[in-house]
Amino acid sequence: MSTQIPKQTEESSETETDAEVASKGDERRTEKRRRAAEERARRQAEEAEKAAADEDTIELKVFRYDPEVEGKQEPRFDTFHVPFTKGMTVLDALMYSRDNYDSSLTFRHSCRQAVCGSDAMFVNGGQKLACKTQIVELEEPIRVEPLPHAEVEKDLVVDMEHFYDQMEAVEPYFQTNEYPDGELEEQRQTRENREKVKMSTRCIWCGACMSSCNIAAGDNEYLGPAAINKAYRFAMDEREGEEVKQKRLEIIEQEHGVWRCQTQFSCTEVCPKDIPLTEHIQELKREAVKNNLKFW
Amino acid sequence: MSQSYNRGLIEDFSRWREFEAGMWAWIFHKFTGWVLIGYLFTHIAVLSTGIPAAGASEAAIMAGEDVYTQTIVSLESLLLVRLLEVGLLAVAVFHMLNGTRLLLVDLGVGLESQNKSFYASLILTGAITVASVPTFIAGAF
Repeated sequence: MSTQIPKQTEESSETETDAEVASKGDERRTEKRRRAAEERARRQAEEAEKAAADEDTIELKVFRYDPEVEGKQEPRFDTFHVPFTKGMTVLDALMYSRDNYDSSLTFRHSCRQAVCGSDAMFVNGGQKLACKTQIVELEEPIRVEPLPHAEVEKDLVVDMEHFYDQMEAVEPYFQTNEYPDGELEEQRQTRENREKVKMSTRCIWCGACMSSCNIAAGDNEYLGPAAINKAYRFAMDEREGEEVKQKRLEIIEQEHGVWRCQTQFSCTEVCPKDIPLTEHIQELKREAVKNNLKFW
Repeated sequence: MSQSYNRGLIEDFSRWREFEAGMWAWIFHKFTGWVLIGYLFTHIAVLSTGIPAAGASEAAIMAGEDVYTQTIVSLESLLLVRLLEVGLLAVAVFHMLNGTRLLLVDLGVGLESQNKSFYASLILTGAITVASVPTFIAGAF
């Protein structure tokens, strides 16, 4: 069960070596620690066995990999049997496995309520937010893998740097040079305009869409659905004004901008916040065309 | 995000089984597109036999002994060619229907039901193909 480095010393340690070097307190202490670790491993193994035999447990197959640990350099899947409780999510099951079976199991999580966007994973062949994916909705055994098309750092943790670079490339912040009259006047948005950008503001930067996108997988320069959605959120915001919108359109209509999208709808299917990504990308394509059409 | 780090296990682990409708539509559209391009060239090759045939005498053409007619007749006598024609129709019909679907997607019409329109174009393709079988296969045996 435990996925730490396999212990080769288990057999030899049975022989009592205390007598020869009994004087050293250090050695005794390390010996004690080693025994405690063994005891813990044994207890965990027992518990895991019990859990495996139990009816009401779920089987979790988790991707394991760690380039820095010799025993884990070859990627593999570990099986955990987690007692099921009502309302359990994939994240809950992972946390149970980590806390009770293998403390080296690594994954990102923070708010546990689909707001922080840290725990997007590849669950049973789909990009899902682990904290909002109910166990009961999945087929067993549940396969949990890190997001595809990103480098794995360790276990379920992937390198998100490229994703963040793409997000920043579209300048994901409000900018304007059209200010209302009056020093203390607020920049008001109409209700209709707010409704228009409403869904696009829900992005939590989890990276599920980017990972699901076939085009982004093959084209490293493609902005990706999340970044384009971010661009949509601001390009459609009327408060930014014409000049800024023009600048935004220039960013998104580049070669590796909106035109790379081939409407496979993968991003829209996996988005945990139900953002109509493809729709937004298509609308930006039409905006870009309208922007460039000149009849004289 | 495709830095070449071979994840082996995970990257090639039967991901296609998890594809959604939109992805299948994209793959089929690519596939049928290439098939149609391939067909275009064989089509041109077969039709080009009409150039030498045009020089044949009036009588030969009337009797159906020119190169063009001979080529067509011999091709049509093969069962394989008949079957391929049914396949070609299926490919062309799907490409047309899905192309219409993509047109609507580009116009932003009915994006919520894009998967249904994909299934609809599949079913319609199947129906049209089945209906065409008698016409294509008639006299092949």
